[in-house]
Amino acid sequence: MKLMGVINLDHELDQLNELTYFRAGAAVPFAGRYRLIDFALSNMMSAGVQDIALFVRRKYRSLLDHLGEGRPWDLDRKRGGLFVLPPDWNDPTDISAGDLQHMHNNRDFFDRSTGEYVVHSGSQHLSKVDFCDLATYHKKSGADVTVVYKHIDLPEAEHDPCFRVEVGEDGFVTGIHNEKGHHNVYIDLFIMEKSLFMQQMEYCIAHGDSYFFRDAILKNPNGLKIAAYEYKGYHAVINSVESYYKNSLELLDQEKYNQLFSKDMPVHTKIKYEAPTKYLEGADVRNSLVANGCRIAGEVEGSILFRGVKVEKGAKVINSIIMQKCVIEAGAIVENVILDKDVQLTENRTLVGDSRRPFVIAKRSTI
Amino acid sequence: MKKKEMIAMLLAGGQGKRLKGLTKSLAKPAVYFGGTYRIIDFPLSNCTNSGIDTVGVLTQYEPLVLHSYIGVGSDWDMDRKNGGVFVLPPHERENGSSWYRGTADAISRNLKFIDQYDPEHLLVLSGDHVYKMDYNKLLDYHKEKGADCTISVINVTLEEAPSFGMINTHDDLRIYEFDEKPKQPKSTLASMGVYIFKWDVLRKYLVEDIDKPDSESSHDFGKDVVPKMLEDGLSLYAYPFEGYWRDVGTIPSLWEANMDLLNDEPELNLNDPEWRIYTRNPNEPAQYIAPEAKLKNCMVNEGCTVCGEVERSVLFYGVEVGEGSVITESVIMPEVKIGRNVRIHRAIVDQGKVIPDGTVIGEGREDDSEILLINGDTPY
Repeated sequence: MKLMGVINLDHELDQLNELTYFRAGAAVPFAGRYRLIDFALSNMMSAGVQDIALFVRRKYRSLLDHLGEGRPWDLDRKRGGLFVLPPDWNDPTDISAGDLQHMHNNRDFFDRSTGEYVVHSGSQHLSKVDFCDLATYHKKSGADVTVVYKHIDLPEAEHDPCFRVEVGEDGFVTGIHNEKGHHNVYIDLFIMEKSLFMQQMEYCIAHGDSYFFRDAILKNPNGLKIAAYEYKGYHAVINSVESYYKNSLELLDQEKYNQLFSKDMPVHTKIKYEAPTKYLEGADVRNSLVANGCRIAGEVEGSILFRGVKVEKGAKVINSIIMQKCVIEAGAIVENVILDKDVQLTENRTLVGDSRRPFVIAKRSTI
Repeated sequence: MKKKEMIAMLLAGGQGKRLKGLTKSLAKPAVYFGGTYRIIDFPLSNCTNSGIDTVGVLTQYEPLVLHSYIGVGSDWDMDRKNGGVFVLPPHERENGSSWYRGTADAISRNLKFIDQYDPEHLLVLSGDHVYKMDYNKLLDYHKEKGADCTISVINVTLEEAPSFGMINTHDDLRIYEFDEKPKQPKSTLASMGVYIFKWDVLRKYLVEDIDKPDSESSHDFGKDVVPKMLEDGLSLYAYPFEGYWRDVGTIPSLWEANMDLLNDEPELNLNDPEWRIYTRNPNEPAQYIAPEAKLKNCMVNEGCTVCGEVERSVLFYGVEVGEGSVITESVIMPEVKIGRNVRIHRAIVDQGKVIPDGTVIGEGREDDSEILLINGDTPY
């Protein structure tokens, strides 16, 4: 069963404030050395998916820089590989709208791929779904489309915008809606046969629709048989600063860390050639995630340090996320703070945010 | 092929016998160093950073790890259309086959490879040393002197001299003698195993040398080719290199060079954006430092999980240090799993070793000057 992948960023809102002023949510750095898109791409890589289209509409400069020709995910292939597809459509008779524009204008991608099934994903839901298992389930169920959900015992604010899946006793979907209290959270992942996908796409365009999932699957005007696949592993939704902060720091729980970075489904990212991190005299690091190339002479607790961060003598970093190449100078203190890349915190400065609403400092600021 | 001004030949076939158990199944240039690198990363990265994009890597002893490690050379930016990195093991020829008999023989046997690029100069490197060097400066010097051969040298003490190939020069650094491991050294200039030759000159010497029977020549640069050039009155110059350079050919020297990196401002800066040391990235997640961990004066790579105490040590990628364990003055190679309440003092632990709970290594010795090697032969 050959799969092809679509990562569709069209309906993802850039709601991470300073972190998404100049980059798409999918390009937001995560867990010390990754960007959010790495997780969806790596899951596809683990399942051997070799034709992947990425539908992007805006703020994709940093994504392009990060993805290149897709080498870290083994997607620099002679045939197929990674296609980053920003809007470039010039057909004056084109009547498609919304994400259907991407699908319609990139028909060639679907037509040329030898994939029989389309795995359609977003980038905001971090998971370790085994797409091969999903495809097998889908085929066995005899459904037209299979949607993936995660049962969340206590839905939180970040789950509010997510769709919910009503599942009947036979494992098929009886309804998809947005009722906040419901536990079965749709994790923005479905699979369907390519030919049916194309057919549904044409139908949606003909009916003036603009959102494939909502208009073809949720509303289900053509009575598709929709199966539900329950996913039980690691899951996080990153759609706000609060959820970003919370889910980042939850990785300091070793069990969660081991789930997300399980050896059998490694997460790949763009390679940087930093030396290992140095802990100097006076370093006091506890309960933290640290990437390479850091130089630590101060105190770090409950935090995530990205690549190349410097924490000078007497500086304190507590419950914070410090992105690539930031410098925390001597005596400076940060607590409950997210520093975007290249921020410099000068000597003896103190920056304290709220533990539920962290303070975010934009890229390249000096404070 | 397009003509190149200079290409490099990197000698990587040596076993490195004095590294004992570390080179059981890999050649010395593949030995790990500095938390994430292999020794060969240094000459390869120096080439990349010096703009040399064509390198032949001569392999012989246990080449599997090296061959798969180098691959197409993309990690060193050497996957090129014109040039790139080429692994050159000994091969069968029309008139028989043999192993590379010496350093010069290894080059002689690859004349066809070098001739493809018709280079003006040939850079000969060794895959045994840890250093950062701009080979372009060496080339400029070589051209300025109009030398047939330029040998890069480093100042050592008179006490160290007997273990190196020593270079004796006139005041203008023109070489008059190559003194291999002299009992009574006459100078303090040691050869770094980095040579630039005028290719047309060297080529003649190699063609001559390759046909000599083994009783007349050991087919070695230091023992045969360079002395012959001196005898013939060719112009050979020494290039004084300043900076960090170490032969990490023994367990103590490998350990010490790793420890050198732990200084606040080490002589060998591995984080210089202008001179990156490239390496195959193992793609491991950020290191996890547990709430009860203590780290001081150490270097730790991605993929490590540290729950114990680590001081004055180097941890390669994927190392686990269990709760209550204390690691001091040690080098822990990739993917070593250290259980709980283990104590390790002044040791090198080889790749993939599993250290059971409660093991004590090297602690409480009366004389702890010896650096212990813990590898597959160690019975736990």
